[in-house]
Amino acid sequence: MNDNILEVRRLDTEFRTRRGTVKAVSDVSFSIRRGSTLALVGESGCGKSVTSLSILRLVQPPGEITGGEILFNNRDLLKLDAEEMRRIRGREIAMIFQDPMTSLNPVYTVGDQIAEAIELHERLSRKQARVKTVEMMERVRIPDAARRVDDYPFQLSGGMRQRVMIAMALVCNPNLLIADEPTTALDVTIQAEILELLRDLKDDFDLSVLLITHDLGVVAETADRVAVMYAGRIVEEAPVRDIFHAPKHPYTEGLLRSVPRLSSAGQRQRLDTIEGAVPSLLDLPRGCAFAPRCRYVMADCSKETIPLLAVTEARSSRCIRFDRVGEVMTQ
Amino acid sequence: MNENGKDILIEVRGLRKYFPVGNRLFGAGGEMVRAVDDISFAIRRGETFGLVGESGCGKSTTGRCILRLIEPTAGEIIFEGRDLLSLNATEMRRARRDMQIIFQDPYSSLNPRMRVGEIIEEPLLIHRVGSRRERQERVTELLKLVGLDAEHATRYPHEFSGGQRQRIGIARALALDPKFIVCDEPVSALDVSVQAQIVNLLEDLQSRLDLTYLFISHGLAVVEHISTRVGIMYLGKIVETASSEEIFRNPVHPYTRALLSAIPVPDPDVKRQRLPIEGDIPTPVNPPSGCRFRTRCPVVEPRCAEMEPEMVEVSEGHFVACMVIAPGGEKM
Repeated sequence: MNDNILEVRRLDTEFRTRRGTVKAVSDVSFSIRRGSTLALVGESGCGKSVTSLSILRLVQPPGEITGGEILFNNRDLLKLDAEEMRRIRGREIAMIFQDPMTSLNPVYTVGDQIAEAIELHERLSRKQARVKTVEMMERVRIPDAARRVDDYPFQLSGGMRQRVMIAMALVCNPNLLIADEPTTALDVTIQAEILELLRDLKDDFDLSVLLITHDLGVVAETADRVAVMYAGRIVEEAPVRDIFHAPKHPYTEGLLRSVPRLSSAGQRQRLDTIEGAVPSLLDLPRGCAFAPRCRYVMADCSKETIPLLAVTEARSSRCIRFDRVGEVMTQ
Repeated sequence: MNENGKDILIEVRGLRKYFPVGNRLFGAGGEMVRAVDDISFAIRRGETFGLVGESGCGKSTTGRCILRLIEPTAGEIIFEGRDLLSLNATEMRRARRDMQIIFQDPYSSLNPRMRVGEIIEEPLLIHRVGSRRERQERVTELLKLVGLDAEHATRYPHEFSGGQRQRIGIARALALDPKFIVCDEPVSALDVSVQAQIVNLLEDLQSRLDLTYLFISHGLAVVEHISTRVGIMYLGKIVETASSEEIFRNPVHPYTRALLSAIPVPDPDVKRQRLPIEGDIPTPVNPPSGCRFRTRCPVVEPRCAEMEPEMVEVSEGHFVACMVIAPGGEKM
C-alpha cells in the first residue's frame, strides 16, 4: 500500500477574469505521508488556500482546475463525479477554516450543526446523534458539553467556536484534515490550546494533516514537512528542520530572516526585509517569479521557468542557485 | 512642563473608559463594560511604549482615549504638562497637531475616493497650514520620507499594496510634524516580509523626527523588537510594566508568564514549556472582584478575591500587580 495518503501532481488552478487569467496555482506537486503533517506556507495571495480548495474541488467559478492529478488513497479526485466527491468530503477529507464565526450558522445551535454533520454521513437516530454530539464536544474539550450543546455560536468564545468546528470536522472519522489558518483569528493563549488539541486529536483519530498557515512559529511546532509557496508555485519543500535551519530557496531564507524573534539578540537590530512586493499573478515575470526581489539573482534566473530541483533525496528547491543560499545567513 | 518629569512627554493617570451596555431598547440598563479601568503609565520623549494584550483587554480603547477620539470616563492625560481632558474643543484641535494615530487596517482607513496626495494634504488643510504650493511640496516631501514616489500622489489607494497603503497612512500622520504617534496594530494586517519593512520605517522615522510612540499590538515579538518599555494589559488593567528586555526575560506576573509561554517559537528544535491558563477571559461587564486574573490564575489565593493588587516595584523600573508573587501591593 502506498505510504502517501495524498499526492498532488502538477496541479494548475486558474481564474479567468476580465483583466486576464490569474494563475493562482501552477505546477504544484507535493505529497503527504500517512499520519504526518505537511504545512503549506506563504504570504497572502500565494495560492495556498486555493490549493486546499482545489483538493476538495471547492474552487468556485471563474476559478477552474485546469490540469494535474490529486491522488487521495490512490484515487484521482479530479476524475470522480459530483456524487462520489460529495461522499469524500466530510467523511474522508474534512476541513476547518480560519474564521469559525462565519463558518457556523448563527441561527442553529452548535449541537444541531454537529449533529447535522453526523446525520449526513451516518444512519443514526436523533437521540443517538445527540449522544454522539455531546461525546464529540467532550473530545474537543469543550467544558460542560452537555449544556453547551444547546448554545448558539454567538454565545461561545472564538476558541470554543473553533473547537465546535473541529468537532464537526472529525465527527465522521476522516483520514485527512485540511486546516486552513485554524488559529489565525485567535489570541495567542487560545491558539496554543487549539494547537495542542489538534496535535492530540491527530494521534487519537489517526489523522494526516494539511496545515495552511502564514505563521512560521505554528509551522515549527506542528509540521513534519513544509512546502513554501510564492506567487502560485511551491518554491521549496523539505523536512521542517531543514527549512528552518538551512533554507535552500532565497524566498524561504528572506521570510525566516524578516520574522522578529523573542529575546534573541538582546539589543535591537534592524529587521531584515525582502525588498519590493509580490508580483501580480496576472503578469508574472519570465523565469523565476522571485528573481526581481532576490539577492542571489543572475541572468539565467529570468530565461525560463525554473523546475523544482532535487537538493537531496528528501528536499527540493525551485532555485538554480540553491547551493549558494545560506551564504548571507551568517549569524 | 512638569518639573520632576522633564523627559516625560505624556502621562496617563487613572484612566477609565466605561461603555454602557447596548440593548437599551429592552430596558436593560445601568450595566457598563469597563473597557479600561484605572490605568496609569508615562511615556518618555523619544521612547516607544508597547501596550500588549489579547482581544478585548482595552489596549485600543486606551490609545483612542489618549487622543480623545473617544471621551474617557475619568482620569488625566498630561501631555507636555497640560491635562488634555481639561481642554475645550478648539484647544484640543490645536493639541492634536502634536499627536496622531496610525491604524491597523490600511484598507479601511484611507478614503477610497481621494487621491493619495489629497489624503496626505488633508490634515494640512484642516489646520490651515501653508499655501497651496507649500502644501504640495510638503506632500512630495512626506511621500519620499515614507519611501514612496512623488508620482504616487495622483493615484488612488486601491492601486497600492497593503504595505504601501500603510506608508500612506504614516505619511498622513506625519503631515503636521507631530511629537507623538499612537500606532494601533500598525503591522498586524500585513505579511511578515512587509511587516519588517514597516517596522524598520517606523524606527527610522522615530530617530530622524524625534518621535515618541505608543505601540499597541497583540504581536509580542514585534512589540519586543520595537519597544523601549512595555505594559501588559488584561481585562482593562495594566498588570505589569518594565523595560522591554526585562519583561521578556524576566516576566513576573502569572498572566505575563502564561502569555509569553504561549507564543510559538519559529524554531523546530525549541520545545516550548507552555504554562496553561484555565478557561476564557471573563466579561468586562462584570469583572472578577479583587485581581481580575484570579479566575484563571495558577497561583491564586483566597485574598486575591478580596483586595485589588496595586503595582509594586520588584526591581528598578519593573512594576507588577500581583499580591502573591510581588507582595506589598495589598490595598485595603
